Amino acid sequence: MADFLSQFMPAWLALIIQHVVVGAVLVVFALTNMLGITWIERKVIGRLQDRIGANRAGPFGLLQPLADMVKILTKEDITPTAASRVIYNLGPLLVVPPALLVFAVLPFGAGVSGSDLNIGLLYIFAVASTSTLGILIAGWGSNNKYSLLGAMRAVAQMVSYEVPQALSIIGIVMLSGSLSLQQIVQRQSEIGWFVLLQPLAFVIFLIAAMAEVNRTPFDLPEAESEIIAGHHTEYSGLKFGMFYLAEYINVFFISALAATLFLGGYQIPFVPANNPVHTILGPFVLIGKTFAFVFLTIWLRGTLPRVRVDHLMGFAWKALVPLCLLNIFMTAVLMPLVGLWSANLGISEAYIAIPVMLLANAVLAGLVLWWAGRSTRRRETRLAEQVVPAQ
Amino acid sequence: MLAEWSFVGVFLVIALAFPPLGLVTAWLLRPKRPGPIKKSTYECGLETVGDTWVQFKVQYYIYALIFVIFDIEIAFLLPWAVAHMGLSAAQGILPLIEVVIFVGILVAGLMYAWRKGALEWI
Repeated sequence: MADFLSQFMPAWLALIIQHVVVGAVLVVFALTNMLGITWIERKVIGRLQDRIGANRAGPFGLLQPLADMVKILTKEDITPTAASRVIYNLGPLLVVPPALLVFAVLPFGAGVSGSDLNIGLLYIFAVASTSTLGILIAGWGSNNKYSLLGAMRAVAQMVSYEVPQALSIIGIVMLSGSLSLQQIVQRQSEIGWFVLLQPLAFVIFLIAAMAEVNRTPFDLPEAESEIIAGHHTEYSGLKFGMFYLAEYINVFFISALAATLFLGGYQIPFVPANNPVHTILGPFVLIGKTFAFVFLTIWLRGTLPRVRVDHLMGFAWKALVPLCLLNIFMTAVLMPLVGLWSANLGISEAYIAIPVMLLANAVLAGLVLWWAGRSTRRRETRLAEQVVPAQ
Repeated sequence: MLAEWSFVGVFLVIALAFPPLGLVTAWLLRPKRPGPIKKSTYECGLETVGDTWVQFKVQYYIYALIFVIFDIEIAFLLPWAVAHMGLSAAQGILPLIEVVIFVGILVAGLMYAWRKGALEWI
């Protein structure tokens, strides 16, 4: 498009107009999917709880998200007298931009992405971690004890789970030799989807991602039975809507990222990566895979109870981080060997890498589960011995 | 390369402008009838007691310290991960041993924090 426009205007202006159009398309894409997710969540949660779910506005309640939007726009906005005005109003303005910005590097098809940065993954982690700031500011500025507790929990949880989340993708970076998301997807057509090569990392990534976006079973920052609504207790109207928006856009993006990193992104199974069909069908394939993950998060929300806050923090540091490190070094030792074997035997790398990595992951998972079971039993016996008989 | 990064810049402006535009729309549409009870702090109907902006427990910041250390570790591990396959083809196992030592020091720190009880949420 920039080439066409540059016939009429200077090249830099044409480039900026193209950027604005692509950016607007990405924002509209994110918002549309967010509305879709709210509808799907209400319907699926309804079914899981033996209800029908939203069914009044439009056929199957399809217009419910629009009705919600109108309602949220016309709600009165209340700023508590106790709140610190500037900080209180800054919170919702800061949580949404990071949620949108990460979409810039998401690959929708071969060569179809807002911008194929060569440090795409690092960019995503850097931008996503700034949403913590908005939550902390909102919780502190509200001058409400529940808000403060929620914000403190949110920050602790998000920084703790950022570590396993980032460590779990290091194996993928190693396998693809690049941080660019386009190249990571390309590499998966050569060596197989990374869910087959890094199943442990996949599970860790899913758990950490679920905690990162504060979804049940990790929704402690907004646990309604303990601390009302956490950091957005005091917000009403569209300011509350901004937190809601950011949360659902994050759910969508983290699902899309999981699909891109582990399930081959926009690729159709068994179709070569250079096939032009990927440019046209790619976005739809990606959205399909993404909504599979979205459904998984909703399913988990409808099924699992909330975990306890000390268990949550301990799990990140005592279980996920050591496991991630083991996985990284296992991959670092095995993958060069796989390269050597495939060169010596003359077999394609994928046919050796997948069985070797699957076996190694299964062995590692078995060892870790055995060790965890043993140490838990030991602690239980130790605790039982400490109990003084009642006299 | 310039086009890639200029898109991020333009997109940043769009993303930053989006929430204020939404709030202005809501400001035009919404009713404005504040009252002293409406504007009181919401704590389940009870009057709020004491100061909210208190000093938070120091345990909390130990988590932040451990996080910063591990975040920097990730920042160091990412370039190694990008180069790992090429490095081990060219120089064998030596680069891997160096990274094992680097991570080993940090894991020793994590074990120390663990044994000291810094990872217990109180």
